[in-house]
Amino acid sequence: MMKPFPEVPMLSYDVVVIGGGPAGMASAIKAKELGLKVLLLDENDYLGGILPQCIHPGFGIHYFKEELTGPEFASRLAKRLVELGVEYRTSARVLEIRNYSDLEKFVLFTSPAGIYGVWAKAIIYAAGARERHAFEIGIVGDRVSGIYTAGEAQTLMDIYGVLPGKGIVIVGSGDVGLIMARRFSLEGAKVKAVIELMPYPGGLARNVMILRDFNIPLYLSHKVVEVRGKGRVERVKVVKVDKNLKEIPGSEFWIEADTLVISAGLVPAVKKLKKIGVEIDPATAGPVVNDRLETSVPGIFVAGNSLVINDLVDYVAEQGELAAEGAKEFIENSGTESRKWIKVERGENVRLVVPHYLSGERDVYLYLRVLKPMEDVELRIPEIGKRLKLLVVKPAEMIRLKLKAEEIRNAEKLTVEVTGA
Amino acid sequence: MRKTYRFTCIICPLGCSVEVEVEDGKVLEVRGHTCPRGKEWAVQEVISPKRVVMTVIPVENGALPTVSVKTSEPVPKEKIPELMRFLAGIKVKAPVNIGDVVAEWNGVKIVATRGA
Amino acid sequence: MKTKVAVIGAGISGASIARVLSRYENLEVHLIEKAPDVGWGVSKANTALIHGGYDDDPDKYPTRAKLCIRGNRLWHRWVKELQIAHVWNGALIVALKDEDFDELERLLERGRRNGVPEMRIVEGDELFHLEPGLTREAIGALWVPIVGQIAPIPAVIALVENAVANGVKTHLETEVRGIKVENGEVKGVKTNNGFIEADVIINAAGLYADEIARMAGIDYFEIHPRKGEYWIFDDDVPGPRRVLFPTPTPVSKGIVVTTEVSGHLMIGPNAQDLPPEEKDNLATTKEGLEGVWEGAKKLWPQLPPRSKVIRTFAGLRPEPTGGDFIIKAEEEVWGFINVAGIRSPGLTSAPAIAYEVAEMIQRDLGIKLVAKSNWNPYRREITHFFMLPPEKANELVKKNPAYGKIVCRCNSVSEGDILEAIERMKFIGVKTPSVDSVKFRTKATTGTCQGSFCRPRIVQLLAKEYGVEPWKVTLKGRGSEIGIGDVKALLRGDEA
Repeated sequence: MMKPFPEVPMLSYDVVVIGGGPAGMASAIKAKELGLKVLLLDENDYLGGILPQCIHPGFGIHYFKEELTGPEFASRLAKRLVELGVEYRTSARVLEIRNYSDLEKFVLFTSPAGIYGVWAKAIIYAAGARERHAFEIGIVGDRVSGIYTAGEAQTLMDIYGVLPGKGIVIVGSGDVGLIMARRFSLEGAKVKAVIELMPYPGGLARNVMILRDFNIPLYLSHKVVEVRGKGRVERVKVVKVDKNLKEIPGSEFWIEADTLVISAGLVPAVKKLKKIGVEIDPATAGPVVNDRLETSVPGIFVAGNSLVINDLVDYVAEQGELAAEGAKEFIENSGTESRKWIKVERGENVRLVVPHYLSGERDVYLYLRVLKPMEDVELRIPEIGKRLKLLVVKPAEMIRLKLKAEEIRNAEKLTVEVTGA
Repeated sequence: MRKTYRFTCIICPLGCSVEVEVEDGKVLEVRGHTCPRGKEWAVQEVISPKRVVMTVIPVENGALPTVSVKTSEPVPKEKIPELMRFLAGIKVKAPVNIGDVVAEWNGVKIVATRGA
Repeated sequence: MKTKVAVIGAGISGASIARVLSRYENLEVHLIEKAPDVGWGVSKANTALIHGGYDDDPDKYPTRAKLCIRGNRLWHRWVKELQIAHVWNGALIVALKDEDFDELERLLERGRRNGVPEMRIVEGDELFHLEPGLTREAIGALWVPIVGQIAPIPAVIALVENAVANGVKTHLETEVRGIKVENGEVKGVKTNNGFIEADVIINAAGLYADEIARMAGIDYFEIHPRKGEYWIFDDDVPGPRRVLFPTPTPVSKGIVVTTEVSGHLMIGPNAQDLPPEEKDNLATTKEGLEGVWEGAKKLWPQLPPRSKVIRTFAGLRPEPTGGDFIIKAEEEVWGFINVAGIRSPGLTSAPAIAYEVAEMIQRDLGIKLVAKSNWNPYRREITHFFMLPPEKANELVKKNPAYGKIVCRCNSVSEGDILEAIERMKFIGVKTPSVDSVKFRTKATTGTCQGSFCRPRIVQLLAKEYGVEPWKVTLKGRGSEIGIGDVKALLRGDEA
């Protein structure tokens, strides 16, 4: 075997899991249970990924059959990980991934204990997502203090105990934005408005309720376009948009605030995968995967928010386990084989769906999101005659659909559509 | 006085639009729900809404400067500001274990959800 | 007795002057800056180019024409002595229509007059060989190989560090409120931090140079702010190999397309004249940015989707009355030297300006400068983890584990890098901890996520090293604190 960095100490494992959040931990636990020699790497000082700062309840109802807070969910997985003796390193940042051949993967990481290379037969990539920021969504004006992504505000407040501000405008009514609206309100700050670009709220119903609890105005079909202030945010400019999301001239107004929180969506953090040629689905911004959550580069698996932005941690952990099972099979059979791949395509009112290819040899969960909210609809897969009535569908709520192997085995492709019944 | 409350049920992902008709503090009718749990929730929401409250409190000598806590049970919504003011006066010292009761307020336990 | 020199303004001009004057035994140099750190004015937001010197008309703007090419040559040496990030990649001034060639010919002729070497017109295959991504509409270009790019704020920081190492005293967060002149001679500067005695005052106050000059009774020029806006894209967006200019118009050099030194595609600037009272208007505008986008597309058609934008920003250029640099030892106020209106190509000219000022002190003020025997021209750049090969980085981590711990994940900036940056901040006298000071020294927070992951951790490090509460750490100086208090501040009713 070649030695890419002669001076760097080398380690060897069956599988390296990149990321110690719920997907990574669930996947490392599963890999260990399946008898693989596994190493988990996480760049934070503590395990759990983003969960330790998600101090609200609402986690684990499916996975642990119990409602937990984020830190509690993380700590359960971490406890199991330690009990099983899974090797892990924190403060360990992956610098590079190389794919030499199907069973020869190389990961270079740095940590306070030194820089190491790891040889592995498979990689499970569970590095999560990043938040879209103010520049990315085209907000102009002064570059001042008081502009935070929701996650950054959450880290400041709920990890480091810093209160970012007292008069808050939140961009985006997704779950993180709404949860931060509650956190700010609880700590005595005034949330002046939540501004949502779409004509409907972006979060789960239980989080939208936060607005009523704290009397927070929600502006649907509006966007924040400009921030002004000296040193600190002083006011933000809001404008109404039409059906095509175009700004309506003359509809501008200003809200006085010292803090602007951006909760404009998450993007899978997959730059390192792109570098090794992993194919990306523009709809999810994550990798194209088969039903083992294997990417287009054999032996590289992906789970959690690096695969697709989830709204429930339970599904994230489930994907982690699935990726581990895939890695096990890949290592045992020296590759993932299928006599054919059934392509899953997006039909009417489907914004995204994963996995992208099914073997037809096993039961599978499809995870999908709709483009727009609808009531009394049918989820259909015409190729196999599948029809499922749904009372309500919303882009904010991921739909998880189980398909049995025998249902799909003979299909050539599947088109998933959500249309009026 | 008759009053109609409207909201989206949060018991399950269906998100039913539920209406509760109330007169003089008495529930007259619940409409729009699909299941008994939804009805029960909607009535509770109108009569006496309750929430689990979460916050962070400072911790001395911990690995992180704060520890996260929650109420062990949902507390009446209108009592939340009072509870938050109470919590603003609490400080703890490491070590704190997940599940430790760090304070009690009107019989409600304040439980650590993160170790420190 | 040493001659006391007060340099007002720690931008690229003031810092260069301070460095050059630090060579002399008989000078005591004070560098005065109102911002919390150096290089935060005009030097902060510009196109970061070391120009070729072909653009400035020697008849209309003789000082610019003379100093630009001289500055370019000096920078070739200074970037090495001071370990400033740079690239010498050359510029193409692109012709899109036949008439443009007339202008290119004029530039070529002017460049030759100004002493710019190796310029020539390129066409066809050679043009696209020099720049494969250039618009296919291009019919030719003026090729100027000596053009380069540097990181402007890191350059100011490097100059000031070197100046301080050679004995210059800095006074940060020190705003000049008056100039004391007696019997036609300068005596010192009045500041918010007291009086600083001076025999020579050098006014390198950028946008505010006219106001400072007026304090000394000199009012023959005004400085107008001219705003320029820019876009920066993520580092996986392909940018050009060369600096790409359109053929200039009488008004402006036009919207430039570059891959700046840290590898990001950058486009801009436009040029918008602001009223004199708007010297702190650094707001980006939708209209301005859209104009830049359209302009850049003419040279670089494959601009990425907007989701690849990582930052937009605006800078102000100090436009002087008359358009030429004002570098002059004023006769009516002995000891007062103006270094004003240092607009483009000011960054390029800075080293030449500094030598010019030293020359003026000798020639016009009659102060003989005595060189130090132990002047140190060298300055070491801080460690950048991302620039080290893994073997080298490992040696460093073995000695200090902080270098193994990544804080900024987008740019692989280690905790060790950041701690070094904080030490350097203290070395030059930065009193208020701010994230921007760390950012400009390390590149932390300038990547894909724009700091949403690492900023809170940098705040923690700054708070610890400066011994302040984390919410008192600022983004960019007082008034831009990261928080308003601890998480319970409002509930306790003692909000900050």
